[in-house]
Amino acid sequence: MTATAIDTRADHDAAGEKVFNDIIARDSRIEPRDWMPADYRKSLTRQISQHAHSEIIGMQPEANWITRAPSLKRKAVLMAKVQDEAGHGLYLYSAAETLGTPREKMTEDLIAGKARYSSIFNYPVLTWADIGAIGWLVDGAAICNQVPLCRASYGPYGRAMVRICKEESFHQRQGFEILLELANGTPEQRAMAQDAVNRWYAPSLMMFGPPDEDSPNSQKSMEWNIKRFSNDELRSRFVGMMVEQIKVLGLDLPDKDVRFDEGTGRWQYGPLDWNEFKEVLAGRGPCNAQRLERRREAHEEGAWVRDAASAYAARQAAKPTTTKAA
Amino acid sequence: MSEANASATRITPGNALRPEDIALQDAKPADAVARYALGLGDDALILAQRLGWWISRAPELEEDVALANIALDEIGHARSFLTYAGRAWDKTEDDLAYFRREPEFRSVHLVEQPNGDFARTIARQFVVALYQWELYSRLVHSSDPTLAAIAAKAVKEVDYHRDHATQWVLRLALGTEESRRRMIAGLRLTWPYVEELFTDYPLIDEVGDAGVRPSELRESFDSAVRTVLTEAELEVPAVPGAVGGGRLGRHSEHLGYLLAEMQVLAREHPGASW
Repeated sequence: MTATAIDTRADHDAAGEKVFNDIIARDSRIEPRDWMPADYRKSLTRQISQHAHSEIIGMQPEANWITRAPSLKRKAVLMAKVQDEAGHGLYLYSAAETLGTPREKMTEDLIAGKARYSSIFNYPVLTWADIGAIGWLVDGAAICNQVPLCRASYGPYGRAMVRICKEESFHQRQGFEILLELANGTPEQRAMAQDAVNRWYAPSLMMFGPPDEDSPNSQKSMEWNIKRFSNDELRSRFVGMMVEQIKVLGLDLPDKDVRFDEGTGRWQYGPLDWNEFKEVLAGRGPCNAQRLERRREAHEEGAWVRDAASAYAARQAAKPTTTKAA
Repeated sequence: MSEANASATRITPGNALRPEDIALQDAKPADAVARYALGLGDDALILAQRLGWWISRAPELEEDVALANIALDEIGHARSFLTYAGRAWDKTEDDLAYFRREPEFRSVHLVEQPNGDFARTIARQFVVALYQWELYSRLVHSSDPTLAAIAAKAVKEVDYHRDHATQWVLRLALGTEESRRRMIAGLRLTWPYVEELFTDYPLIDEVGDAGVRPSELRESFDSAVRTVLTEAELEVPAVPGAVGGGRLGRHSEHLGYLLAEMQVLAREHPGASW
């Protein structure tokens, strides 16, 4: 490089930016090797890693009932569901890694309490009916949020979401099935189901994030074709779905204000306690400390196993003739 | 997807025997065959219950997935064996899993052993998987067609469990000093419960060609163990065998706690369906 050479980066960025903007304008896909604005990369890394963390932390509340599941079929289904969540975490960490942040770093941020995950997993899972309510309401809300993400402008994220949404759809149906069985069961089972719906309804509505006027990251995300619908729009759509499905369950939604507003074409719902949302988000929910501690413990207690696997792999690689390992 | 790259549990061949199919069969097992199936089903059930604990606690996400797969396979085998056994006594798999008391279980002590650290779980997995593979690969020739069909499905899945456990025994034994120390400790803690697996018990004579005589599996098992441990530069632990008796309903101290947890919800709501 000579002293007179111009800094080609600015030109390259200008060209890259044009290509990027064209791709977004055409509603096409950005791939890992494409130029992208630093903010786009940062925002996506934040969103995808938070999503991955949510899957991983989200394993805990349900895993809590694996050993006590009340039938062998339910035990098998629950194990498979929690296993799927580990798989979702893996795809998502991989998608985030294509943006340049290693999984190890994301995991460290999570256990250091520096990264966020969905607040919903900081609520306790108190009864078996909660497993049903989580599948129906929490996974149901997740699906509403995630189906539009299958079209997210970042290719690896969109593609991961396609697979995740298929599995989430099973999860929601198994949750609904649990509640349906309980709702048609003994009076105790029915009461258990209603109680779970009562406790999970509002937190699941808050999963869509703060009201639109209070959602700072939303606008940019929509310009970039990552987010397609506003928080309130998705929340309203979700309420509309739940209104119909609760009738089949023969239970009640704990919200007297639910109604369809002809004027706006949207479902209305009662006031949500956004102070509670902020408190839980800030780490002061019922189970924040417990969930993080459990993840930290699993990670730290597993360190010697990961070290052994690396040492063994290095030893195998150094061997002159490799023996086949599965 | 070809069988060669199928995962341990996700692929259920279209014609594989499911517990739901067994429940609908007309065939009722003879009482001795039912009691034999009960023992194999209890082993798989208790092991699945133990392994299920790891899901969300494993050393790496890939291991959460792997251990969950193995637990799912085992619970699948348990459901088939228990459903079939239950047909002899008009009981469902859940009646047997949730409403029997501790002395009515027929599991071996090995599967009741605590998870301990990852190395101890792997040591238990290593022994169980090698044992179950030897057992099921012979049970496919059972004179009882249902037991043979359950074994035919199970043996393919357990083959993956053998591979999983073997690879981890090698990694831990030859990985770091710490992992080697833990692997050796895990094997020592596990080995007292090996002998019971190969001890014949009176029911075996009653079952005849429908079952597999445990003592006949020992030689192949020992040989398979030696192959892996030699590669891992480890010795077969020289520890005395513990007194077993699981097949007769005499269990380790651990089983009561495990059952209390597993059965609590079902027993709070007798007669309820889920």
